[in-house]
Amino acid sequence: MVNHEINKSLKNWEILPSSKLFELKLKEVWAYRDLLGLLVRRDFVSFYKQTILGPLWFFIQPLFTTIIFTFIFGNLAGISTDGLPKPLFYMAGITAWNYFADCLTKTSTVFKDNAAIFGKVYFPRLIMPLSIVASNLVRFGVQMILFILMILYYYVNGAQFSISWAIILFPFIIVLMALLGLGAGMIISAMTTKYRDLAFLVGFGVQLLMYATTVIYPLSSAIEKYPKYSWVIEFNPMTPIIETFRYGFLGEGSFSWTSLGYATSVTAVLLIIGIIVFNKVEKTFIDTV
Amino acid sequence: MSNIAIKVENLSKAYQLGDIGTGTISRDLERWYARIRGKEDPFLRIGETNDRNTKGNSDIVWSLKDLNFEIEQGNAVGIIGRNGAGKSTLLKILSKVTAPTSGKISGYGRIASLLEVGTGFHPELSGRENIFLNGAILGMRKHEIKRKFDEIVAFAGIERYIDTPVKRYSSGMYVRLAFAVAAHLESEILIVDEVLAVGDAEFQKKCLGKMNEVSKGEGRTVLFVSHNMHAITELCTKGIVLDQGKMIVSGDIYKAVDYYQKNQTQYLSSSWIRTAVLNSPSFTKIEIQLEGKQPHLVLNVKFEVNSLSNSAPAFIALGIKNSLGGLILQAYPSLDQFIQFNGKANAYSCQISLDHLIPDLYSLYALLGVSESEVYDWVDNQLGFEIFEPPTPERTIPYHPQHGSIIASSRLT
Repeated sequence: MVNHEINKSLKNWEILPSSKLFELKLKEVWAYRDLLGLLVRRDFVSFYKQTILGPLWFFIQPLFTTIIFTFIFGNLAGISTDGLPKPLFYMAGITAWNYFADCLTKTSTVFKDNAAIFGKVYFPRLIMPLSIVASNLVRFGVQMILFILMILYYYVNGAQFSISWAIILFPFIIVLMALLGLGAGMIISAMTTKYRDLAFLVGFGVQLLMYATTVIYPLSSAIEKYPKYSWVIEFNPMTPIIETFRYGFLGEGSFSWTSLGYATSVTAVLLIIGIIVFNKVEKTFIDTV
Repeated sequence: MSNIAIKVENLSKAYQLGDIGTGTISRDLERWYARIRGKEDPFLRIGETNDRNTKGNSDIVWSLKDLNFEIEQGNAVGIIGRNGAGKSTLLKILSKVTAPTSGKISGYGRIASLLEVGTGFHPELSGRENIFLNGAILGMRKHEIKRKFDEIVAFAGIERYIDTPVKRYSSGMYVRLAFAVAAHLESEILIVDEVLAVGDAEFQKKCLGKMNEVSKGEGRTVLFVSHNMHAITELCTKGIVLDQGKMIVSGDIYKAVDYYQKNQTQYLSSSWIRTAVLNSPSFTKIEIQLEGKQPHLVLNVKFEVNSLSNSAPAFIALGIKNSLGGLILQAYPSLDQFIQFNGKANAYSCQISLDHLIPDLYSLYALLGVSESEVYDWVDNQLGFEIFEPPTPERTIPYHPQHGSIIASSRLT
């Protein structure tokens, strides 16, 4: 009684010191797809076990952040929101940014967080970062519901905004954010197994990066106010992603195919490097972590 | 390779000692520079064998060095060695948890490795959810787990608690559930590392039974690491002895166990078996277990005697020595039950109270005889146990056998 399904092609195996530079092992990952699903379920269920509000917690964080941003950046500092209702503007930025930031920070500590499991049992390591991206997608989905509810509320109250054609790019943008977070996260995770310094950097680096992304201000006003330094913001691959997101759902934002193409190429490069480094570290990290 | 399950060729694994992280960038650069010039890695060349008792000059030690062996399909192989001999490293490499430094392993068949029981269990999730999660981590598909679900629950004996979060389980239930999941993996090769050290005696028996079934009944290959010589000989037919990353003995399990027991002087185990068959009345097996709580610890000694001929009834004496080798006490069980020899194996057990003993490493010797001058058998320097807790809990003075091994019960008034 032997199960022939999982490792049909892996019946004859070899264990060697080092692997090929670019080895995705997608077949193996596919064989372990049930594990991916169960890990996502674990993350979701364990998140709200023994809490009163349960999955409602997914709403609370973006909601409160939006309120605070509206008061501080919108009213106190008076930063432009391209004529959009302020809460809607911030909510769009926060929802998208949170997804990317969660993917990045969680992936960047994947080796450290899972050292106990990785040290005892083998499964394709890529499953773990993939499960992080998928778990966060569930969270993102829940937060999108909140965002859509807000859109409906403002629509009924006759606020000035319109959904544009770019909304069809929404699925593409999600994938782009996920892969960008995954790629950058994997590079950092691979390097933190040896040099822990990077782990400290990620913590506040992601926070700072948010200010270099158009979460709390529109790209148009950044270019207008700081024409000399706005290239920093434009170089940030997350900027076109968030601008496209906002343009799609709210009809305002600087959308261009060039900048979206740029974000896509940066994502591709980071992802390829990420996979190479991840594969290299995966085999021996347990000795150094 | 029609009937070879695992073939290990020139397998080596180097570890870096000391602090990893300081100076690694410069070292990495140096390595990289050596590699692009096509030279040998400068840090691997100076490696030493992994002998912890001597202080070496190098930061690199070889946990495994040029290991070569083959395991045939359907064999149950016991891997024996002191702590640090490389057993766990070998299992880790075989389980693909870490990669070898050089060499190659090839094989045939799906590997299920159990380096730890309950890897990936999430305390908040219920038993049911954890069975699925743990099964998937070990490489099972969902439908496979579903099919085996009832069997797993029955084996673990936790039907009532299946929908309770595992954080509320007793540690015994937790281990039973975890082993049950792993034991129901379908694989051609099963790798087990000392997981039987946990759980009660009854459950250990059940685990051994299951593993026996797996190796003998289903013809799967089993690799088993344990310090329990009794369990190893029960289960395995072949044995490999590792010492300092090298293979010393390979072959029949009794030959391997025998070699190991003769050559271990500092590391004593809690069980001993005789590997030779004697015609005279003799011990065949001794197992010891420390029970109770300080200051009233009890050493439970279980032993079996065997004689092929009818001999005069005998008594036993058991002595306990401290880490300095000094005899600190002897136990003479009462003679209302003499040990009889009737050609069969006889099992006995004896409880020795060890009141107020200080934390130390102790060894036990056992004597079987008719009188002072006629000794049947004598087992020394084979069995040992360690006491960790001090007998007076509120006093943490550094206990040392030079100051005496027994702390007298005393009270200040």
